[in-house]
Amino acid sequence: MDGLIYDIFADPFVQMWQMPDFLIQVVWEGFVAGILYALIALGFVLIFKASGIFNFAQGIMVVFSGLTLVGLYELGVPAFLALAITLAVMYALAFSVERLVLRNLVNQPDIILFMATIGLTNVLIGAGQQIFGGETKTMITEELFLPTGSSVWEPGGGLVIFQHIDIAAALIAALLIVCLALFFSKTKVGRALRAVADDHQASLSVGISLNNIWVITWFAAGIVALVAGIMWGARSDVSFSLQIIALKALPVLVLGGFTSVPGAIVGGLIIGIGEKLFEIYWGPLFGSGVEGWFAYVIALIFLLFRPQGLFGEKIIERV
Amino acid sequence: MFYREAGQFKSSYKEDMQAFPIREDRIGIIIWLLLAYLYVPFFGLPGLEYGFALNAIMIPVLIFTITAIGLNILVGYTGQISLGTGAFMGVGAYACYKLTTYFPETNIIILILASGFVSAFVGALFGLPSLRIKGFYLVVATLAAQFFLEWCFIRVGWLYNYNPSGAIEVPQREVFGYVVTGASAEPATRYIVVLSILVLLTVIAGNLVRGRIGRSWMMIRDMDIAAELIGVRPLRAKLSAFAVSSYYCGVSGALMVFLWLGAAEVESFDVNHSFLYLFMVIFGGLGSITGSYMGAAFIWTFPIVLKELGKSLFDIDPIVMENVSLIAIGIMIVFILIKEPHGLARLWQLGKQKLRIWPFAH
Repeated sequence: MDGLIYDIFADPFVQMWQMPDFLIQVVWEGFVAGILYALIALGFVLIFKASGIFNFAQGIMVVFSGLTLVGLYELGVPAFLALAITLAVMYALAFSVERLVLRNLVNQPDIILFMATIGLTNVLIGAGQQIFGGETKTMITEELFLPTGSSVWEPGGGLVIFQHIDIAAALIAALLIVCLALFFSKTKVGRALRAVADDHQASLSVGISLNNIWVITWFAAGIVALVAGIMWGARSDVSFSLQIIALKALPVLVLGGFTSVPGAIVGGLIIGIGEKLFEIYWGPLFGSGVEGWFAYVIALIFLLFRPQGLFGEKIIERV
Repeated sequence: MFYREAGQFKSSYKEDMQAFPIREDRIGIIIWLLLAYLYVPFFGLPGLEYGFALNAIMIPVLIFTITAIGLNILVGYTGQISLGTGAFMGVGAYACYKLTTYFPETNIIILILASGFVSAFVGALFGLPSLRIKGFYLVVATLAAQFFLEWCFIRVGWLYNYNPSGAIEVPQREVFGYVVTGASAEPATRYIVVLSILVLLTVIAGNLVRGRIGRSWMMIRDMDIAAELIGVRPLRAKLSAFAVSSYYCGVSGALMVFLWLGAAEVESFDVNHSFLYLFMVIFGGLGSITGSYMGAAFIWTFPIVLKELGKSLFDIDPIVMENVSLIAIGIMIVFILIKEPHGLARLWQLGKQKLRIWPFAH
């Protein structure tokens, strides 16, 4: 029994202390993974804020956009033209979702809209497999002028490796978040978006078109999905299994709150770093593979104490 | 013309409250039961090869109907969305497997029904967060159950008796001299067992949802705070819904492995299957037992029919048809949510309504 307590409460920290370079490496890996979780979660938050829809299809949108990009490139389209076409595809997707699905489901209960997005997920999986094939594809990293090499940092005799693509991912994600923040706070459309998020009917009464706003938010979520797809594809591969990983954005959302952009980022980082640390230092106690459920269990425990998330608004219910 | 309730008078409370108050409905149910018990086991389905009809259509549809009823109790009647169905079925299957190793002499049907209780316990455990969180936050909680249990099915060797392949294989068992499980079991025997369990569970579910417990579930679904104010205990209502729902899922999981697949790995219980079961419930109709039958039958047979049609009529590759059926199911989900959010069960109701006044419009 003493051995177990030692293994849980002392041994991991001794390991961390003895090999600080390895600890830095693990935290860095977790940080990058966390940024990507945050990016996926950001897509959820954008749509949830603007329309109150829990968009289950966000994960498959990440895969779909990545596949479209790579698939177009494989057809011989130049990389940046392919990027532009992919953006156009994401816009078309946003437009048709609004026209064909959302517009017809206005005023339905949330659960119905949620299930409609599960249906949408099915459509996108089927279409993606049919058009681009089910096999794994390699992301066109170099063609998009993304860095590939790696740098080595040696703090006091240790060894930490930073992949350049990870640094680029962190920078691009930060840039994207700043752009979105500026877009939301400075532009006219951004203000309209925030108005819709606040109150649908009040914003309708001052002449904001809900339909346009929904197209814009879904398109913004599509862009975020594309960035996440490129980054994740560059780190591993573009495949449909990414969709299951994208589900990890859900515990991130729970930690951060469904309506908070900073929450999504902080939640993503907590989950990403926590998960990696737990997997490396505590994972062997359970037998490996704890990464699969750690995030969900953390979110579950967290929910019991703070049901509205870190930054979510306090839930007030009336009869 | 024949479907009329005119002239059928009820003279006691009991008659008024019976499950099928209309005589024609009772006759209809008896005909369905006669067909299911006396026609299908001997002749299969008309126009289909006998083994295919039983193994690939009837047995899985009946098993998934149990799943759908279970999930419907949770999602449709109590309003708690769950994406952990696949894992709860897995709990039932693995529990049944362990029970057969510990009690090799016991009647397998009793073991299958008993394994549901293990699943019910696990379900209630993962249902605990529902007392504090609701809506989409609860979805995350059930996903935690899904992934954690999946991990257990892989990592905890005790669950599959340290079998090197990681799969559970079904031993051969006999009930009253008939081989029920294992490779040499006749499809007809397995079909009869599954059908009987389904009928039993349907009767129980039908009466549960009509009774006090079912009404408390529906009150929780419609507005939980209001329900609490008029004296429904959320703890009891929500946890009982989770437990009953998981019991059904567990039994269907055990049936799926023992009477249909013969052997199973984690893949049979993954999150994609959980979505499939949710589709069955949405499609059939939230909050309807009849709907669970229709949803399970439809979602299961539709891709098979589509694949067969594509192959025989247009000579299309099965993989293409699989994608097409994915897209088609997705589109139909959206379509049915737009046109009829209450699913096939509601259409069935409307049809019956029309039939009652036929040939007049009103």
